[in-house]
Amino acid sequence: MTMLQAVLLTIITASTPLLLAAVGELVVERAGVLNLGVEGMMAAGAMAAFAAGHYTGNPWAGVLAGALAGMIMVLPFAFLTQTLATNQVATGLALTLLGLGLSGLLGESFVGQPGVRLPRLHVPGLSDIPFIGPVVFSHDILVYASFALVAAVAWFLFGTRAGLILRAIGVNHAAAHALGYPVIKVRYAAILFGGALAGLAGAYLSLSYTPQWIENMTAGRGWIALALVVFATWRPLRVLGGAYLFGAVWIMGLYVQAAGFGVPSQLLTALPYIVTIVALVIISRNRTLTLTNTPASIGIPFVPDR
Amino acid sequence: MIFVLEKREAPSPLWRWLSPLLAIALAVLAGAVMFAILGHDPAAALYVYFIEPLTSAWSIEELIVKATPLVMTGAGLAMAYRANVWNIGAEGQLIMGALAGSMIPILTPGWNDPLALLAMLILAAAGGALWGWIPAVLKNRFNANEILTSLMLVYVAQLFLDWLVRGPWRDPKGFNFPKSVTFEGWHVLPAISGRVHLGAILALLAVLILWWMLARMTYGFSVRVMGSAPRAGLFAGFSAQKTTTAAFLLSGALAGLAGISEVSGSIGQLQPSISPGYGFTAIIVAFLGRLSPLGALFAGLLLALTYLGGESAQLALNISDKVAQAFQGILLFFILASDTLVNYRFRRAASREGRT
Repeated sequence: MTMLQAVLLTIITASTPLLLAAVGELVVERAGVLNLGVEGMMAAGAMAAFAAGHYTGNPWAGVLAGALAGMIMVLPFAFLTQTLATNQVATGLALTLLGLGLSGLLGESFVGQPGVRLPRLHVPGLSDIPFIGPVVFSHDILVYASFALVAAVAWFLFGTRAGLILRAIGVNHAAAHALGYPVIKVRYAAILFGGALAGLAGAYLSLSYTPQWIENMTAGRGWIALALVVFATWRPLRVLGGAYLFGAVWIMGLYVQAAGFGVPSQLLTALPYIVTIVALVIISRNRTLTLTNTPASIGIPFVPDR
Repeated sequence: MIFVLEKREAPSPLWRWLSPLLAIALAVLAGAVMFAILGHDPAAALYVYFIEPLTSAWSIEELIVKATPLVMTGAGLAMAYRANVWNIGAEGQLIMGALAGSMIPILTPGWNDPLALLAMLILAAAGGALWGWIPAVLKNRFNANEILTSLMLVYVAQLFLDWLVRGPWRDPKGFNFPKSVTFEGWHVLPAISGRVHLGAILALLAVLILWWMLARMTYGFSVRVMGSAPRAGLFAGFSAQKTTTAAFLLSGALAGLAGISEVSGSIGQLQPSISPGYGFTAIIVAFLGRLSPLGALFAGLLLALTYLGGESAQLALNISDKVAQAFQGILLFFILASDTLVNYRFRRAASREGRT
């Protein structure tokens, strides 16, 4: 495998968790809910996926456990923000703190334990294409699932009636409610979907990216996924592009570090976070672009008036 | 749905007081369940966690030491959140404040008098404020979301600290350990009693000054108005941009002060990690204190107890001290849930003819 192949391969693996989490959060935000708990759900998903894989020896059980953990973790957030109409920013932060805390606590015994790895698919023919085969067609299922999910979410949001209703709720929940759409129920569903995908993103980290459990192994990816949704101006295909851009930055840092140009390793590790800030600034300064796409009801609690 | 929320005509003064107490009670209950699941006698575990740390003089000192950065940072964050400005990067501002303040003992070790200590405190506040100023500028100039930028800057600050203590600021006589020189003389915040240092007084002062500002000064009024009725605030001539900048500068400065007080008063040198997440726990302090500086004082003491309880649970029961962070997350959930009762009441849904 050539150097270029290796770089491209690792960019795909670094981008996948960002993409999974960001696509989930995109649906949540399109429904008008801001969930800042992505980092916490991802950590819980990573820990649960590792634990399930470790005990059963079956990576598929890990994938399932990761998605379920994300959904279970997000339940209190959904109940508080939707049923009790709490402040979404604060509740999302609570979710992140709880997710990081619980995964650290329950995962302590798994530190240093061997994990299982999600098998890489081998597609006869495709995987054997020179150069492209090893880079594109020999990943595990979650990589392809992330692409399929982007397509599915894009189709759902912009090609179906249910997607139109979800977006309408995100733009103006009072009007949607007046038209008879079940605002709270749709938002519950969107939040659970976001939880499942954040959990899957975590599962990818602990079953494929680095098949082990380390506390705080999410390393801010959940927060970067949140920034990605803004960066992509709430559009699924742009989330795809953004995730790969950030994945490339993440990997670039690692390779420059390995090459040893005398740049402090800490600066290279900090690169993805700095690039996130720069990207947010570039996209946000264009107010027409952000304002026309921002779901207008985002972050505002909804209590139906009877 | 059996119960529905109904907005109160005015926030309930009774629940304003009761909701934090309810939240604490529910969180303790959840803690008991958590201990039971981890295989411990809940009553004994709760005693070790919440009561035992309050039974000896040294542990009460330790409680005050841990509460110091929490109260300082939490009181500042309370002011920011009051104004509807979401600074969640206090952990980064705390670190940058500690670094700015540590410049004096590390770069000018010869300057060692009370004035040097004062300069350390001022530099720390400036450093924290400067780090907090970045998201404020990005918000005001470019409309960039301050939640995400302030949080990203935490990672940058942590890595910057890591680079400094492993590189340029490493103690040359420190056997290659990633630590700075040990602070001595006037570079150390004087002790008041045992481990309690001057930082505790500073925290108390900060609370009183902020409380006074909020109640008596025009700035405090602008914070309250911009938080509760931004449109009315704009008509009154308050500027949203200035509110954002002021909130970040103030909360950043206090976080920076907390950082140097921790490094100079408690740790005594720089090391790769100088805070067990005080900047994040301070968010919980701000909310438990009902976004009031005085409230942050009591809330800071309680959250300090969760750290201390975590340590004593680890010693006595061999429970991981990570239980503290999980417990803090649970507590914040209950605080937010209980706060619903301030503005809403539950009413039994009479019929199902209406929509859910």
